[in-house]
Amino acid sequence: MKTTNKELSPVQQLLEKKYNSGFLNRSEKIIPAVLFLMAAVSVLTTLGIVLTLIFETITFFGDVSIVEFFTAKEWYPFSGTDPVYGIWPLVLGTLKITIIASLFAIPIGLAVALYLSEYASARTRKIMKPILEVLAGVPTIVYGFFALTFITPVLRGIFPSLEMFNAISPGIVVGIMIIPTIVSLSEDALSSVPESVRQGALALGSTKWETASKVIFPAALSGILASIVLGVSRAIGETMIVSIAAGSTPSASLDLTTSLQTMTSYIVQVTTGDAGFGTTIYYSIYSVGFTLFIFTLLMNILAQFISKRFREEY
Amino acid sequence: MENTARVKSEEMVSRIDGRLAKNKVVKGIFLTATIFTSIILIVLLYRIISQGAPYLTWDFFQNFASRRPEQAGIKAAVIGTLWMMSVVIPTAAILGVGTAIYLEEYAKKNKLTRWIQMNISNLAGVPSVVFGLLGLTIFVRVFGFGNSILAAGFTMALLVLPVVIVAAQEAIRAVPKELKEASFGLGATKWQTIYRVVLPYAIPGIATGSILAFSRAIGETAPLIVVGIPTFVAFLPSGYLDSFTALPMQIYNWTSRPQVDFHNLAAAGIIILLAVLILMNSVAVWIRNRYQAR
Repeated sequence: MKTTNKELSPVQQLLEKKYNSGFLNRSEKIIPAVLFLMAAVSVLTTLGIVLTLIFETITFFGDVSIVEFFTAKEWYPFSGTDPVYGIWPLVLGTLKITIIASLFAIPIGLAVALYLSEYASARTRKIMKPILEVLAGVPTIVYGFFALTFITPVLRGIFPSLEMFNAISPGIVVGIMIIPTIVSLSEDALSSVPESVRQGALALGSTKWETASKVIFPAALSGILASIVLGVSRAIGETMIVSIAAGSTPSASLDLTTSLQTMTSYIVQVTTGDAGFGTTIYYSIYSVGFTLFIFTLLMNILAQFISKRFREEY
Repeated sequence: MENTARVKSEEMVSRIDGRLAKNKVVKGIFLTATIFTSIILIVLLYRIISQGAPYLTWDFFQNFASRRPEQAGIKAAVIGTLWMMSVVIPTAAILGVGTAIYLEEYAKKNKLTRWIQMNISNLAGVPSVVFGLLGLTIFVRVFGFGNSILAAGFTMALLVLPVVIVAAQEAIRAVPKELKEASFGLGATKWQTIYRVVLPYAIPGIATGSILAFSRAIGETAPLIVVGIPTFVAFLPSGYLDSFTALPMQIYNWTSRPQVDFHNLAAAGIIILLAVLILMNSVAVWIRNRYQAR
């Protein structure tokens, strides 16, 4: 049987084309390079963030002494005559919010995760999953609105001494925001403990709670700790809830009922106002942003370390 | 001997009730926490809908921002968000899928690749306000875009990029090896295989993850504030270098005013924002369910 060019099978045509066209060969070489450049964008983004923060912070330290930044107990940049730049009040504000959020979110988050993985029926799980997904998808501006217009008035009804702007209401709402993170990652860790381990404990006569607390929970501990650290990291970086509901008074006091300012809400306050480009106040947001970046980076590295170092292999 | 054994087993039997009771109490506490979490969502949605729904009139969609709450509308913000997303979606999708193809199909399993991968997961943990600072320096100042749609759109695209990359990587990884091998076996080149076999198979998964990432970009506020997007805008943009405002910025502006009327407007704005997000999520879930069966 003789085959003319028209009767070539698709495969042969393809081969023919491949060997005849330099274009195809060239594009096979160009495409990986183009894709590599795209991958480089995310590396450049990290580089851009780090370099931007470092250079603008260095400029800032040209105006303000680095000793003052770390040791002064006051953050008072808007004074015309005698501005003070001590980061401590902003760090303390962030810590107050983060601690309240953690105290609220960790117990509830772990309880929900344990309920869903150890007690709940398949149907309950099917109902709760979308609820948690919606909670995770609610924009933080919406949570901020909720904190200011609902949680704060309710709390003020119970504790009249609470000010309009305080640490407790935004702290609780930041907690609400991070509950889905803690639940979904902890539940993943809990349900990845093999069923045989669970059945073994139950067969030895343990109750479900004994199984969960003495066998499953310890086995999933690394994943659970990582979920908590990631949740805390999100709380540290949370911006809108605290900008709306926590006020804008940098405060070095430990009082939770009064207005405060976090690192994130300071950046928002300056950028919503009209601090001109090139002023010390303009550069100060980069020094605050740098401090914030270090905090969250350390938390993320800690989370990765925990889940690698303490991972149980089955 | 026999006696002590009997006493011990009796002791055990008598302890069983206590242990079971403890189990019940703990289960009750966990259930309460679960119900409490659901109630939070219900209260949040109920508050916002009851506050904002009366304000959702035709005028609200037609009017620009105003100092008088009864005349204020959301037109500029809705249109502005659409403009911004027309930058975010193509930028993040092309860069995200391109990066994912490179990492999954071309990159050697070496230190550089592992480092890029680690860099991407660390980038996902950077607070959004820090991305705002990046955008302010690079796009607003160095590139000279000012507080324009382009500056905000690029900043948001970089913010959601890690999420798109990870979603696309997972989708590409899920493509069966047999399909690729069959394609190579038929004489296709690597890129032909990726373009005609891997991508068509992976697209539903990529779409699901990307839509969720884009819905995050619609609701993010902090980077827009830092980049310097104004809140009081009484005109529509006509090009990508124009100034604009976006939905979350308008909501933020109304929320931070003391008058209750403005808070109600903010609630109305939130209803629109949440409606868009729920719509996008439903599309993502629909795509996931539609193609999961394969």
